[in-house]
Amino acid sequence: MNTALLFDFTVDKAAKTVNITREFDAELPLVWDAFTKSELLDQWLAPKPMVCKTKYQDFKVGGKRFYAMVSPEGVERWAIQEYTSISPKTNFKMYNAFADKDENPELPGSEWDHSFSEQNGTTKVYISIYNESLERLERILDGFTIGMKMSLSNLENLLATLSHK
Amino acid sequence: MRRDIFQAIADPTRRAIIALIALQAMTPNAIAENFNTTRQAVSKHLRILTECDLVKQEQQGREIYYSLEIEKMKEIDKWLSQYRKIWETRFNQLDNVLSTIKKHKK
Repeated sequence: MNTALLFDFTVDKAAKTVNITREFDAELPLVWDAFTKSELLDQWLAPKPMVCKTKYQDFKVGGKRFYAMVSPEGVERWAIQEYTSISPKTNFKMYNAFADKDENPELPGSEWDHSFSEQNGTTKVYISIYNESLERLERILDGFTIGMKMSLSNLENLLATLSHK
Repeated sequence: MRRDIFQAIADPTRRAIIALIALQAMTPNAIAENFNTTRQAVSKHLRILTECDLVKQEQQGREIYYSLEIEKMKEIDKWLSQYRKIWETRFNQLDNVLSTIKKHKK
């Protein structure tokens, strides 16, 4: 695997925005599918040992993906993504909000913007995530620890172990 | 009572207080002058910030000055780096998914 792939992660606290850029050693159509098709998203979006399961997805403007992150203990954290803009294989935007199992959203959510470009078989994805508050960002992290009863410092150790796999 | 640091920064007024006292130590009255709120409300915010160890109090003469605990603020940065790690983990998983699909296609 190409280890020289770019990964850039910045947090602009004033703009309440997280900016993420990552390159992938694959052609654009495949990377686009990995970000927009639930059967592929479910394979990578949840950091192990969490798993992701999509209840339904309708990838069109105004359509939604309703999914859960599930802990090893079976605790489910539901969320809804509503697609607000789609330019095939170029860009898509969505509004992400936590929800209960009956699809009732907990607002406010966050605004996600994904851009895709390809050069010489390497695909670059730029993601910006706008959050109303850092508190909400923290709850995202909570979503990953829910059911594991871990403090933040334990989570750090867990993630370090996972990344050595 | 010990509180979570993120509870402290969850409130916009408290974030504004943090920004104010990051520049210089201030008395509760001086802080309150910057907000369209009661002195009592500001005191409540300061109490929560104190309980989170985000601010410290220093007696100077008859006045109490509030200033920022820089080390504690660094915890927030530490937390953000954990968020970054989640994305690293995620993307490494995606790399594997992509390479698996590419192999199947060949």
